[in-house]
Amino acid sequence: MKLTGAQILWESLVREGVTDVFGYPGGAILPAYDAMLAYPIRHVLVRHEQGATHMADGYARATGKVGVAIATSGPGATNMVTGIATAMMDSSAIVCITGQVGSKLIGSDAFQETDITGITLPITKHNYLVTSAEDVAPAVLEAFAVARGGRPGPVLVDITKDAQQGSSEVDWAAAEPHLSEAYDEALPGDGDARDAIELITAAERPLILAGHGVMLSGAERQIIELAERAQIPIAVTLLGLGGVPASHPLNLGMMGMHGEAWVNNAIQEADLLIALGMRFDDRVTGNLKTYAPTAKKIHVDIDRAELNKNVRVDVGIAKDLREALDEWLPLVKPGDRAAWLSRIDSLKGDSAVRDIQNLPDDGHLYAAHVINDIWRLTKGEALVVTDVGQHQMWEAQYYKHNRPRSLITSGGLGTMGFALPAAIGAKIACPGAEVWVIVGDGGFQMTCPELATVVQEHLDINIAIINNGFLGMVRQWQEFFYDKRYAATPIGGPNFAKLADAFGIAATTVTKRGEVAGAVEAARRLKRAALIDFQVEQEDSVYPMVPAGADLHKMIRRPSPIVETAAD
Amino acid sequence: MLHTFAVYVDNKPGVLNRVASLFRRRAFNIESLTVGHTETPGVSRMTVVVDTDEYGARRLEAHLYRLVPCRRVDNITTAPSISRDLALIKVAATGNARTHVMQLVDVYRARIVDVSPESLVIETTGTEDKIDSLVEVLRPYGVIEMVRTGRVAMARGTTPVRPIAPRVPPRAAPDVSGDVGNCSV
Repeated sequence: MKLTGAQILWESLVREGVTDVFGYPGGAILPAYDAMLAYPIRHVLVRHEQGATHMADGYARATGKVGVAIATSGPGATNMVTGIATAMMDSSAIVCITGQVGSKLIGSDAFQETDITGITLPITKHNYLVTSAEDVAPAVLEAFAVARGGRPGPVLVDITKDAQQGSSEVDWAAAEPHLSEAYDEALPGDGDARDAIELITAAERPLILAGHGVMLSGAERQIIELAERAQIPIAVTLLGLGGVPASHPLNLGMMGMHGEAWVNNAIQEADLLIALGMRFDDRVTGNLKTYAPTAKKIHVDIDRAELNKNVRVDVGIAKDLREALDEWLPLVKPGDRAAWLSRIDSLKGDSAVRDIQNLPDDGHLYAAHVINDIWRLTKGEALVVTDVGQHQMWEAQYYKHNRPRSLITSGGLGTMGFALPAAIGAKIACPGAEVWVIVGDGGFQMTCPELATVVQEHLDINIAIINNGFLGMVRQWQEFFYDKRYAATPIGGPNFAKLADAFGIAATTVTKRGEVAGAVEAARRLKRAALIDFQVEQEDSVYPMVPAGADLHKMIRRPSPIVETAAD
Repeated sequence: MLHTFAVYVDNKPGVLNRVASLFRRRAFNIESLTVGHTETPGVSRMTVVVDTDEYGARRLEAHLYRLVPCRRVDNITTAPSISRDLALIKVAATGNARTHVMQLVDVYRARIVDVSPESLVIETTGTEDKIDSLVEVLRPYGVIEMVRTGRVAMARGTTPVRPIAPRVPPRAAPDVSGDVGNCSV
């Protein structure tokens, strides 16, 4: 039986197990939309195509499934670019379907024509331009295999209007994807399990650096087993939060620019770093010349191109992390590293207790109060989606994630406006989860029209705006490094509660610390979306901080009078 | 140092662009790039010369393998190999000069492939050094126009290092739902 290209598209998606897509219709994708109604697909109408990509991204990160976004040609496709780049940087498996002008019009500067495969070439794992109905199924099925295979990432399939309208028989068996197996081959010079175990056994001050790859490969159990058996403490990256329970005694906390001081100091004193599914981003290493000067390094990453990219390693293993750890575990000898663990305890010293949340109520509302209360009241079990900036770092510091995939945030690209749409995707993927958006007043204003999507889809998500009237992180850099010249960082905004009200979302404004808990509880009780505008201290900063490019152990600490000391 | 890669890719539209874009994106400077058909139908072979260090070369190899149309990458920098460049050189040559140029062509075992009253076109193949040297000695006579193919290279010996990777069904993605469950929160 012949199917149209549009039908083949949906049939392919259904065969891939897709149940939800995020999109926005338009001229060149109309045939696909017309065919969609006959398939068991929930289509979420977004308010901007960037939102569709972030939703697909949030959906993918919450579940490990592939997220799907769909848009028309031209501006619909170019609006997806930021979301695609975000997914690329954070290894998130999404497939973007775009309509394209008819194949005869390609190259003619036709209405709403844009070279989206050319534009997205460097920010996708791969992309396809499909110009005939018979090519639709092979391209779409291969797109899913590429998106979820190896290091996950975004794939774009651009389908011309005539390919959607044309008809073809489909041989589904022949359309099954076949990819080059070369990628999985070990290359000469690759390290193996024995090399790694040798270094681990010999190390006196080893440290595991756990990244996003722990969750992407499903190695949560293995990493704990390794740490417990060999008594190796663990530091996590921003995207690694939740991969190792925050409450685990060997989990030291987050590393890097706004990581815990003792974690950064431990990295600098370690004699072995075991980097698992992380990529030595400049935000976690600081100055590479002085990074972990006494440590040998083992690096396991499924993407060989990450090995020896930023940090030279002694053993580099290009492999799925869980497979690698499954090989290691039978060889790991029980270790006793009490001296090293107690050394790290002593590094904690006066910085171990973050007492900003325990300060007396003096009328000041700090973001830390808000996030700490949300953590306490949700018992640390919410699925939190954050944007980019100060609130994102405070969330990472004050919300203790014990479960994998319970924090979704834009790490690599640092995309403002990510949180609200990503949370919509996560909520649709996990309808039973308590979803909290924690977002700054700047980032929220970038994608707040998606509030209409929240309402139209009847989603029960809670939105906490950390509103300090500034583009806070940039303001902080201006305070520290540009002599407090606040160029273009003071940002006004609407009355967020009234804005939410206009969308039909319950909203409150909180200005005092004593009101935080009540507002959070009220939002949790409400069985529909709620927004809270937390008007916090305007010029608070995130501490500690490693200035960009500085040595990892040279951190700016919180000045008095708000001192982070155990004595407070 | 200069690294020479032999890259086998599917012969599909846009593949050259993908390879070139990768080098640009990762800030590698291409010294030379040639592409042509191979003994395998549907597969093209590129010879890419790039100036980078050991680590850079390895990362580049890994990046090339991440391209879906890429079937095999051989770094033949250190392998015993033959590399050749082909050049066409149009030289102004009248009167006495013509005789001198023809003698030089003989010395370099090059060939004259076009003769006109005002000029000669010389064809030569060889290593880049040899061609550079020929161009230098011709320069005083007046090089009007020159075109070079860039380096093509092949490892010596009878068997290729590794076969072109076959296309196989993709590995199953890791099951991440086992221990933790999707939507664990």
